[in-house]
Amino acid sequence: MVELERPHMSTLNVIDLRTHERGPYSLSIAPGECVSLRGDSGSGKSLLLRAIADLDPHEGQVLLDDMPVTQFTAPQWRKQVALLPAESQWWQDEVGAHFPIEECSWFEPLGFGTETMRWQVSRLSSGEKQRLALARILMNKPRVLLLDEPTASLDADNVITVEKLIEKYRCDTGAAVLWVSHDAQQATRVGNRHLQLTTEGIREDTA
Amino acid sequence: MITLSAVDLSLAAGLVLAMAALSWRMQLGLSGQLLIAGTRTVVQLLLIGLVLKALFANVDLLWVTGISLVMLLAAGREVMARQQRRFTGWWGFGMGTGAMFISSFAITVLALTTMVATDPWYDPQYAVPLLGMLLGNTMSGIALALDRLTTTAWQQRAIIEQRLMLGAARLDAIAEIRREAMRSGMMPIINSMAAAGLVSLPGMMTGQILAGSPPLEAVKYQILIMFLISAGTGFGVTAALWLASKRLFDDRDRLRLDKLSGPRR
Repeated sequence: MVELERPHMSTLNVIDLRTHERGPYSLSIAPGECVSLRGDSGSGKSLLLRAIADLDPHEGQVLLDDMPVTQFTAPQWRKQVALLPAESQWWQDEVGAHFPIEECSWFEPLGFGTETMRWQVSRLSSGEKQRLALARILMNKPRVLLLDEPTASLDADNVITVEKLIEKYRCDTGAAVLWVSHDAQQATRVGNRHLQLTTEGIREDTA
Repeated sequence: MITLSAVDLSLAAGLVLAMAALSWRMQLGLSGQLLIAGTRTVVQLLLIGLVLKALFANVDLLWVTGISLVMLLAAGREVMARQQRRFTGWWGFGMGTGAMFISSFAITVLALTTMVATDPWYDPQYAVPLLGMLLGNTMSGIALALDRLTTTAWQQRAIIEQRLMLGAARLDAIAEIRREAMRSGMMPIINSMAAAGLVSLPGMMTGQILAGSPPLEAVKYQILIMFLISAGTGFGVTAALWLASKRLFDDRDRLRLDKLSGPRR
């Protein structure tokens, strides 16, 4: 199926991160680990992911394998610490124009074919958009995946497909995954560890 | 050359008054604005006529520089006033003004020293109208381009950030928006160059012909002016868009729309 070179394993460390007058947040994700993150709506889950991806100004430290974010250029960082937002954006007419090359090895496992590259973006369903957005960020071979409700717009079959694919990517590449989910069952299913985001910060969820 | 008397101008003013009266009868709500604008035309132009008369009588680099700066600042204010969402702080004024300063002044000085070759090069009879035409057109171009850039960036925030998330550098993330902004800044001068002579007789050329210049002399001047304006507008818009694109992001390539003010009114 999908051939992947194995980059070295990646640890994500977040230390005393403050953004938009929230925090401080600290968390650590080991190589190949998937950590679920839950929290009430408005608790700042998306803002936390944006700050880790360096899209918003923040204080505190974010390290990838002990290298601080400032050691990378911003585009380098965002390619390696990839954020999949809850709603993906498409700015060209054809799907293929959003991909760096004409072939995407992630299409087949996500239920697409080579002809998908010719599809019109305006005719995609929200579920198709979301799965294609996942294929699109995986093209950058990220070492950390920040997933913001990645399966919210998918039907049950596709939820399983996407969960399996992300697990395979994580195991094959040793990528660290932070998975925001509203769904407690999904969090239990995909996460090795579970975190809860509160106004005071992040705490380990043992329940 | 036929000089206009006060009676001639009064007759023309009578036409404006008639239009104002018509607008009042039809309740268009334009008569007030029309009268105020008409009065402003008379007062402002008479004043600048007096200033130019004094300037031409005393050819002095210091005076020419002084009036050039006044024109530049007025144009800068105008660019700022036409922005739907302007940059906060000093940048809102400085960006357009700086870009106009670089392009209009450089091109005017170049034209005066090489093409028109007046003696002295700052002879106000040539320097002031030339700079005025360049500033006026560059101002429109920059105002249009900046407004397009900032409003589009505001509307397409999600798309720009999506591209940043995928690892695009800031200038790549707004490449299309910049191109569109550049087009809207350049379109008026390209249109007027294309239509010149066919659809409209350019104002400057008309003026020279009315003042008694041989038509071909007027045409040559008009061509020179058109070329200077298109180059000046092009460089000015490029500079303004470069500054603005940098300013829309910070040094970590984050889109910083907080550097723009809210919409006007």
